[in-house]
Amino acid sequence: MAAAGAIPRPVRGAPIIESEVVAMVIVVFCEVMFFAGFLSGFSLIGARAPAGWWPPPGDPALPVAATGGASLALLISGVAVFWAGRRLDADRAGALRLLWGAVAFATAFLAYQVFEFVRLVSIGFTMVSSAHGGFFYTIVGAHALHAVIAVAVLSWAVRRLSAGDLRPPAFTAVRMYWYFVVGLWPAIYTVVYL
Amino acid sequence: MAQSHAHDDHAHGDHHEEGWFLKYFWSTDHKMIAKQYLLTGMALGVIGAYFAYVFRMQLAFPNKPVPGYGLVTGSDYNALVTNHGAIMIFWVAMPVLIAAFGNFLIPLMVGCDDMVFPRLNRLSYQIFLISAIVLVSSFFVEGGAFGGAWTAYPPLSAKAEYNLTPLGPTLWLAAVALEFVAFLLGGINFVTTAMNSRAPGMRALDLPMAVWMIVIASILFMCSVGPLIAGAVMLMFDQTIGTGFFDPDRGGDPVLWQHLFWFFGHPEVYVVLLPPLGFVAEIITTFSRKRLFAYKTVLYTTIGTGILSFFVWAHHQFIAGVDPRMSNVFSVTTVLISIPIAELCFVYIATLYAGSISFRVPMLWALAFIAEFLVGGVTGIFLGASGADIYFHDTYFVVAHFHYTFFPIAIIGTFAGVTYWYPKMFGRHMDETLGKIHFWVTIAGFNGIFIPLFILGAAGDHRRIFDYSNFPELASPELQAMRVFATVSLLVMLAVQPLFAWNFFRNMWKGKVAEANPWNANTLEWQCPSPPPHGNFNPMPEVYRGPYEYSQPGRADDFWPQNSPT
Ligand code: HEM
Ligand SMILES: [Cu+2]
Repeated sequence: MAAAGAIPRPVRGAPIIESEVVAMVIVVFCEVMFFAGFLSGFSLIGARAPAGWWPPPGDPALPVAATGGASLALLISGVAVFWAGRRLDADRAGALRLLWGAVAFATAFLAYQVFEFVRLVSIGFTMVSSAHGGFFYTIVGAHALHAVIAVAVLSWAVRRLSAGDLRPPAFTAVRMYWYFVVGLWPAIYTVVYL
Repeated sequence: MAQSHAHDDHAHGDHHEEGWFLKYFWSTDHKMIAKQYLLTGMALGVIGAYFAYVFRMQLAFPNKPVPGYGLVTGSDYNALVTNHGAIMIFWVAMPVLIAAFGNFLIPLMVGCDDMVFPRLNRLSYQIFLISAIVLVSSFFVEGGAFGGAWTAYPPLSAKAEYNLTPLGPTLWLAAVALEFVAFLLGGINFVTTAMNSRAPGMRALDLPMAVWMIVIASILFMCSVGPLIAGAVMLMFDQTIGTGFFDPDRGGDPVLWQHLFWFFGHPEVYVVLLPPLGFVAEIITTFSRKRLFAYKTVLYTTIGTGILSFFVWAHHQFIAGVDPRMSNVFSVTTVLISIPIAELCFVYIATLYAGSISFRVPMLWALAFIAEFLVGGVTGIFLGASGADIYFHDTYFVVAHFHYTFFPIAIIGTFAGVTYWYPKMFGRHMDETLGKIHFWVTIAGFNGIFIPLFILGAAGDHRRIFDYSNFPELASPELQAMRVFATVSLLVMLAVQPLFAWNFFRNMWKGKVAEANPWNANTLEWQCPSPPPHGNFNPMPEVYRGPYEYSQPGRADDFWPQNSPT
């Protein structure tokens, strides 16, 4: 909208933010809003329930401590990915090992979740036993589903990296998704378990 | 850079003829995808209009067989009204205004050869098409289509014991969810392309308003849709496996759905509003040979409105049992949001001031958009006052209000955009005389439908009744006469639409051939051939100025294309 006049201006700069990264920002943002929907619904219903009725008296206590321990595995995987990102240029082989480590830790976390779900269902706590049960399995399950996707995507990215054909912004996008999955978990843990 | 990347992202057969299937169904070309969205959206528009015809006939002439349908039962009526609304918003307004025009215009207007992620774009249309098929299929399953209103409030939408349609609601929800995924994929492209593929020299504030509006609309959609998808997951679990999210018996809360729905739903009305506001900005500047009045004000106002639109949702729930103190807050935010909307209307009128206006068909549509939308916006203020809304809620006043907003958006906006960009899309002109007849009859018909509905609503006419005979005070001859008037107006309006179809389809082959820039406009899409070839520009354009430099003193031409170095 500058004043009319033939200014010699055509120059195409490099993009400020690479397209892959923009796309991942959008995806992560939508995902955050998606989980915000669940978590705010959960809190709203909890806050409205009469004293002593949330969680409903019949529901078993959630395994706060054991899950807290498993959460550590997930957090460690986040740190590993962070370090791998920083060391990629200096020490490629080390970075790749760190990434495989992250995959392993996240898989351990998922294995624990499967174990926990099986145990809770076996003592009669299911999606249909109460709104609380529904929320618990839906929210934690949705997060686990995202973690499975993150593991798959990271494994794919590591293999492309080893082969040397992954654009750096694509790797950035993959890491962002990983941080999202890791960073979301403490929020879920706080709202749902504590 | 984004362009070269777009190229290695997909192996398109630049220089050999593609097969028929590859060309029309498997293309990654943004213009072809735009046309797919446009035609699919228009086809669903025909279905939505047919539904309106059937239920309006039932309201005017209760319990008489409707020609072309037959006798309308109560559950038929519910399914038709529900899906009329859902189709018009999600399968007409969204695909046509955002997806079709966004796909067609953004790469052309920013001066690049295609979207940043062309294959994602193709996937977006395919998912959209599946969503439309799922929706239509819900009419043919046991129990019939969902009839619990386009807002799908539980418990009616959650329990088959209540809605008597065991499969319809689940298919409906699945269709809506798929459709959202399609638009999220599309939106990723719109934002990245407008950000990273602009022609050399094009600054953010050189973008035509249409691009800004579609991009902001996509962002609003992305910010608001997550919670609704979460709600849809819960509702689907309630329907299929019997969870209790919205069931108070088991600790759930049906009003939670309303919050999740309207947290999305109100921003959604701005999602569909913004693209036509952008089209109107392009059209009124071109046909009044004037600069857009206050470009930056329009832009910042729009962003502000977008933000504010996240804080008004509970005005849909004033009588749903929300705390009256909360209602006051939402009354205030609702009245506040009418200020920027009014401002945009004034800015457009100021653009017209002292212009040399030519009343071509697109211009008529654009002006009608401003005039009719104003009525919708103004009546919204009445509804936003929680006291008044206790009376007006769920009457035909609300129905008239939102049709005075949605009709300008989805129908007038589409006609404005199609008639304006038709020469670019198809390389030929539509017929002006037919276009004008179609315009005037459509506008007259539209007002004939909805003015009576304002009066009916003010008289207390409840909007969810399919046969008024059992409500003596609503079945009075005066009120019934207005219903008949509205329905007859609808028939008139529908009767003239084949004229548009003829004008649209016939002139793809038979119309007068269009030159590259038939309207003498400035934006980049007019600086490439009509229709643009694969790759759009040759050579790629460079940009020297903003999009609205019309009637600049000291120039021989009254327009100044963005890419002209002198
Ligand atoms: C962007 C243009 C607009 C569109 C597309 C639009 C659309 C709608 C729709 C679809 C509904 C009814 C939903 C339903 O119950 O099925 C509605 C209701 C409402 N609108 Fe608008 N609207 C627009 C602008 C406004 C404005 C500017 C205001 C206020 C300043 C407003 C205030 C309201 C209120 C308060 C209701 C709730 C009425 C009730 O259900 O009792 N709207 N609008
Ligand atoms: Cu609203």
